Amino acid sequence: MPKVTIDGVTIEVPNGTTILEAARMIGPEVAPPTMCYYSKLETSGGYCRTCLVKVSQGSEKDPRPMPKPVASCRTQVMDGMVVENNTSPEIHEARAGVVEFLLANHPLDCPVCDQAGECHLQDLGYEHGKSETRFEFPRREFERKDIGDKIQLHMNRCILCYRCVKTADQVTDCRVHGVMNRGEVAEISTYIEKSIDNDFSGNVIDVCPVGALTDKTFRFQSRVWFTKPVDAHRDCVKCCGKVRLWYKGNEVLRVTARKDQWGEVESYDGKTGWICNTCRFDKKTTADWTIDGPSKISRHSVISANHYNSLKALKATIDRQKDALPHGEKVTLGHGALDPNNESK
Amino acid sequence: MGKKLLLEHIDVPGIQSLNVYRQKGGYETLKKALTSMTPEQILEEVKTSGLRGRGGAGFPTGLKWSFLAKPEGVARYLVCNADESEPGTFKDRYLMEKIPHILIEGMIVSSFALGANTSYIYIRGEYFYVARILENAIAEAYEAGLLGKNIMGSGYDLDLYVQIGAGAYICGEETALLESLEGKRGNPRIKPPFPAIAGLYGCPTVVNNVETIAAVVPIVKDGGAAYAQIGIGKSTGTKLISASGHLNKPGVYEIELGLPVEEFIYSEEYCGGIKNGKQLKAVVAGGSSVPILPAHLILKTAAGEPRLMSYEGLADGGFATGTMLGSGGFIAMDEDSSIVKNLWTFSRFYHHESCGQCSPCREGTGWMEKILHKILHGHGTLADVDLLWDIQSKIEGKTICPLGDAAAWPVASAIRHFRNEFEEYVKQGHSIKDVKHYYRLNHLPEPVN
Amino acid sequence: MEKKYQFSPETMAVVQKMMGRYPEGKQKSALLPVLHLAQAEFDGWLSAEAMDYVAEVLNITPIEVYEVASFYSMYNLKPVGKCLLEVCRTSSCWLMGSEDIVHHIEKKLGIKDGETTADGQFTLKTVECLGSCGTAPMLQCGADFYENLSLEKVDTLLDNLRKDGERRTYIKDQKVNMD
Repeated sequence: MPKVTIDGVTIEVPNGTTILEAARMIGPEVAPPTMCYYSKLETSGGYCRTCLVKVSQGSEKDPRPMPKPVASCRTQVMDGMVVENNTSPEIHEARAGVVEFLLANHPLDCPVCDQAGECHLQDLGYEHGKSETRFEFPRREFERKDIGDKIQLHMNRCILCYRCVKTADQVTDCRVHGVMNRGEVAEISTYIEKSIDNDFSGNVIDVCPVGALTDKTFRFQSRVWFTKPVDAHRDCVKCCGKVRLWYKGNEVLRVTARKDQWGEVESYDGKTGWICNTCRFDKKTTADWTIDGPSKISRHSVISANHYNSLKALKATIDRQKDALPHGEKVTLGHGALDPNNESK
Repeated sequence: MGKKLLLEHIDVPGIQSLNVYRQKGGYETLKKALTSMTPEQILEEVKTSGLRGRGGAGFPTGLKWSFLAKPEGVARYLVCNADESEPGTFKDRYLMEKIPHILIEGMIVSSFALGANTSYIYIRGEYFYVARILENAIAEAYEAGLLGKNIMGSGYDLDLYVQIGAGAYICGEETALLESLEGKRGNPRIKPPFPAIAGLYGCPTVVNNVETIAAVVPIVKDGGAAYAQIGIGKSTGTKLISASGHLNKPGVYEIELGLPVEEFIYSEEYCGGIKNGKQLKAVVAGGSSVPILPAHLILKTAAGEPRLMSYEGLADGGFATGTMLGSGGFIAMDEDSSIVKNLWTFSRFYHHESCGQCSPCREGTGWMEKILHKILHGHGTLADVDLLWDIQSKIEGKTICPLGDAAAWPVASAIRHFRNEFEEYVKQGHSIKDVKHYYRLNHLPEPVN
Repeated sequence: MEKKYQFSPETMAVVQKMMGRYPEGKQKSALLPVLHLAQAEFDGWLSAEAMDYVAEVLNITPIEVYEVASFYSMYNLKPVGKCLLEVCRTSSCWLMGSEDIVHHIEKKLGIKDGETTADGQFTLKTVECLGSCGTAPMLQCGADFYENLSLEKVDTLLDNLRKDGERRTYIKDQKVNMD
């Protein structure tokens, strides 16, 4: 079994393991971020370039470094390989570049986007991006399209990760959407108005890392951080029936598959827990489900601890500024608006 | 006169036809290969010849062939890359149009050497009429028993087909080409695996440029050692150069590698100097992807030695003062040419041709084109020039395929060598007419006569 | 009901022959050439119905055809004039005056890049390098290359193309005189 060292941590992994999977085995502190790779989808990865790492030693046998950064999701480890991820300033710089490219044409309107709070691009931008954009041209725009009565495609937000295309290929029985055109104007489309009509089509929503594919039955019902996730199951003839219910009060606002710490759909006994459209769209009362308990969510998101830490800092700044205000003017903030514990309960 | 291996008989009337080609010794090499050589011996000759890929990357052909996996019972393929689309390059078109049988003979010899029984020539869609010329030539070859079953009684079978593309520069990248040949979008594959292990239909495949395959004919004919005698150092043999731009005699020339650039541009045997008696300002020596060089650096190296047309000669000085042989697309620009505008046409090209798979290329190529357009129209700032530099550095080396590098290098080199001209555009906008003026104003060495 | 899209028996024979070039089960490989045939046969462009028909012929799904057809620049997904004038605009052609050629055609035909004349005779399109750099400037119309262009040659060419009146396709040489 090959041994690989990533950011100074050495691990022994099975033959054929990718650098990314090896890093995930070590843990989130060394795992490169991913936008297109999805371990449950074959041939996924390689496109977004966010998981680029530096291979400073190719292997024990051939210790030469690799000449360029490599996509860790598609590069297999060799025995004695040494990889730099977070420890490499070059990789930080390259990754910041990738984030800037991904955001070049992406609308910067998270406050009105339904994905906000569970968007991987938002997290990525937060962790690896710069605070301002240097892209000053009009962003490319597309019409919003309904693909089926339950799924909306908002191409402006798409980063062309190909996950939904691979999901349709590998999880549903007939793919009717794909990537049209090429280059900067490439888009996900059905080409002619066609609805995605398939028992498992809703899974494209779960794999979408951004707000490009959203659940129409949930859109703008609630900000995701105001909902409470609860794991539940039912006997389903079509799928595993293991889901996550997103409650607001007593109301089930949406149903999704359960996701793991990497934001991917959970696996059960080696099988990916894709869920069917009946479970996703038609079972929206508590009575439909057996509740397993509150979901353990690692909110790897801007609504996670980091964000609130920065809010604390913001509050401190505002306090300082308040003190500096002349004539004892008062700044009024909404009740508890800056309470770091306010929304995390 | 330099030695001609590929174009020796180019002016013979009727050389397009099988009969005339055979009268000039055509298919004798095939006969030699099939009747007196083993595939291993052919591979050895190609290795000895030092032949390097003529499509642009310059990878040793013999080495590439030796990587081909040979699992039992699995088909192997040879695919000819005739997707010539690199701006400034038209040598393959010329060769295929004028003397199609040399490619077909090369395909048969190479397929035999690699153990392929089905081979394809993937030609860009815009060359439809050339594809027809090839198809006619292939039909003649079948008719004469040079293709099909039991070629020349050797027991070796080969089917050869022409596959037509449909307009996509990216299909010149070998894995994108294979995707396209499989009837898919021309998206480059993520490597590894390389085509030598899993190529066309997942089978071991070699992809070679038209000129590379044609060069196998003289190599097998006279032996690899004889071929290696021609040229200079590790740049063995001859190379087809596509000369265009402000030259008195643009066209395709077969040169012995090692020819001085100055001789190529100014001698009557080749390009005959710069059009209208003007001075040379800059050259893109190996197709749009390679770094542009100002006149003084293309004619002489930084050390003041005459610059030679070879892989090493053009690369002398690295990217700081050198460039690359690339595909041999030699574009000359006279003193009145705008480097910034020429660069914009390149950037527009890469923007148009990016497949869109990976983010740095998809977003970066369009961004660079927009900034160049802005600078060109007088709305740019000095910060835009720095931004351009930064964007290209973030594309280079970060993409799935070499198109990212190809889009980045022209931008980097134009800024490196002609920053003054960018700055003049920033100051004056498109009212700038006499670009020559600014070229001299900045005390760069005078263009050479 | 007779189908609007149906290859002629001759074209169908070509398609069948083409499919024999690839190993068993790899008939999708014929997609690019078959789309060229479809475009030539069905009025110079590929409608969704035409692409659905190609999918049926090759026994693949329509989406596979749309994805491919929209990737390559030679497939027209909208109707074009009988003569699609594709003027090269990249480096060498630009250095040798391709912009003047484009402006001249625009003025003469009263159309802009990407537009079609009202009579449906000409569509103007600027394209990237066509591998004719040594004979720049140039344009392609159908399968034919028209090289070393001058404004006068373009005039003659347009007149002769108009007189000829035939639709140009990539799969047939139909060169007219321009000198």
